[in-house]
Amino acid sequence: MRVRFLASEILGGLRRNTAMTVSVVLVTFVSLVFVGAGALLQLQVNQMKDYWYDRVQVSVFLCTADSEAPTCTSGEVTPSQRDAVLAELRSPTLQPYVESVQFESKADAYARFQQQFAGTAIAESATEDQLNESFRVKLTDPTKYDVVTQFFAGTPGVEQVQDQRRVLDPFFTVLNVATAVAGGFALVMIVAAALLIATTIRLSAFSRRRETGIMRLVGASKLLIQLPFLLEGVLAAVVGAALAVGALYAAVRFGVQGWLVEALPLFGYVGTHQVWLVAPVLVAVAVLLAGTASVTTLSRYLRV
Amino acid sequence: MIRFESVSKTYPRSKRPALHRVNLDVERGEFVFLVGASGSGKSTLLRLVLREDVATRGSVHVAGRDVARLSSWKVPHLRRQMGVVFQDFRLLPGKNVFDNVAFALQVIGKSRHHIAQVVPETLELVGLAGKERRLPHELSGGEQQRVAIARAFVNRPAILLADEPTGNLDPETSAGIMKLLERINRTSTTILMATHDTGTVDALRKRVVQLEGGVVVRDEAAGGYATGALRAVDEADRSPVDGPGGPGGGRGADTGWAGARPGATEVWR
Repeated sequence: MRVRFLASEILGGLRRNTAMTVSVVLVTFVSLVFVGAGALLQLQVNQMKDYWYDRVQVSVFLCTADSEAPTCTSGEVTPSQRDAVLAELRSPTLQPYVESVQFESKADAYARFQQQFAGTAIAESATEDQLNESFRVKLTDPTKYDVVTQFFAGTPGVEQVQDQRRVLDPFFTVLNVATAVAGGFALVMIVAAALLIATTIRLSAFSRRRETGIMRLVGASKLLIQLPFLLEGVLAAVVGAALAVGALYAAVRFGVQGWLVEALPLFGYVGTHQVWLVAPVLVAVAVLLAGTASVTTLSRYLRV
Repeated sequence: MIRFESVSKTYPRSKRPALHRVNLDVERGEFVFLVGASGSGKSTLLRLVLREDVATRGSVHVAGRDVARLSSWKVPHLRRQMGVVFQDFRLLPGKNVFDNVAFALQVIGKSRHHIAQVVPETLELVGLAGKERRLPHELSGGEQQRVAIARAFVNRPAILLADEPTGNLDPETSAGIMKLLERINRTSTTILMATHDTGTVDALRKRVVQLEGGVVVRDEAAGGYATGALRAVDEADRSPVDGPGGPGGGRGADTGWAGARPGATEVWR
């Protein structure tokens, strides 16, 4: 009985107040899109960092058969060239700068590549032979990168020395700035959403003061009087969250996976499974936001 | 059933108390009229019984419990033992007669089976059998008040509070409503009725408690709306120059109609 009563009260309340309900849905939708976009950008950053940033600072790429660098004229790196490079890395000259060295074979490189670009066209077309063998060098002091680069300049069998951090930093900067911008918008929109929910609940409580007055006098519990208003706000916000999840899913599915992956195949991008990671967070934010706004408003404007 | 022990109530932003040292004891099954001018404290007294407000001083006991000591989540249970009727009926305009009465049971979680049984019984008791599907605006004032009484009584409360229930009705309809209230009273329901209605009070000869400026000035079993002495005061007030004055005259002048305060008509909201 009470469940039916609650349901009819909530639906009635939402219907009576359609315009306000729609605006609550839209404002929550937009604010949560920003929240979700910020979260996805950070997941993107983390994904890149996981593969590159923390493990490796400098990569010494050895020649493949297809390499065109002047140091690779003899074709693929020979075992003796490779041993020579390793010996240099362990020599007393470089020792103070090098913390650790790890060799990555073509098979290792291929496995990592597949993992990193999983599901993209580039991963499918790549072969083991296209990938470089490399020494992954961790420096004691990452800023002394030039020492290693210059040391191996012109060494036969070394195609290129690359500081991963320098390659990736601009991307991280862009992504972090984008996150901050999304976060800023999210914050403003969330404040707007909270105020709008509060106003909506207040109006709703006012338009139903006759009912609530009678409920109070016949001894309806506090919870039963307040719950319809609370659930109205929460329901509208959750619908907004659902729309936000839908929009983010569409953006990742069609925008990132459908377009960006091919247009800019530099690294692996976030996929739809990350959207599902973010979705519960958005719903939780919506519930928390609407709940807090409703409870504060009700305690001020609804006598029980 | 209802006991006031030296109860005073002063509203915030008001210097004069709405009630001042009120002592009152109402037994189970009593019928008590609460009379007095607007602003004399009648509504405040009812609000204290309902625990819409809490006394500034003194204690209010309802059904054996000190209402001020009830925790806020127990207040609804206290109110389930009371029914309330108003001058303006307070029906829900979108609901028909049956649903208006059923509403009171729905919101305290009674089963549909119970509602289907009790609501028609109560409507029959108040004389509205056959009008279950009417909307409030399709009913006369007297009928609307009967719906309101049915709603107040449907949960068989021990106490029925009525705030000027006949205030909007003509004398004949009022008499019908009073017959109904007497019938409810005979089921050993305690009735506390605030009223201005001289004719009704005089006709029923029940206990009368008169408030004046927040003070109980008369508590008379089987009384009328005004005693001889107070009638004299009334006359004195109307013709202050050549009026004879009377035993109560001085007191009336002292206390005045003090309880009048802005917003007094909106006390129930």
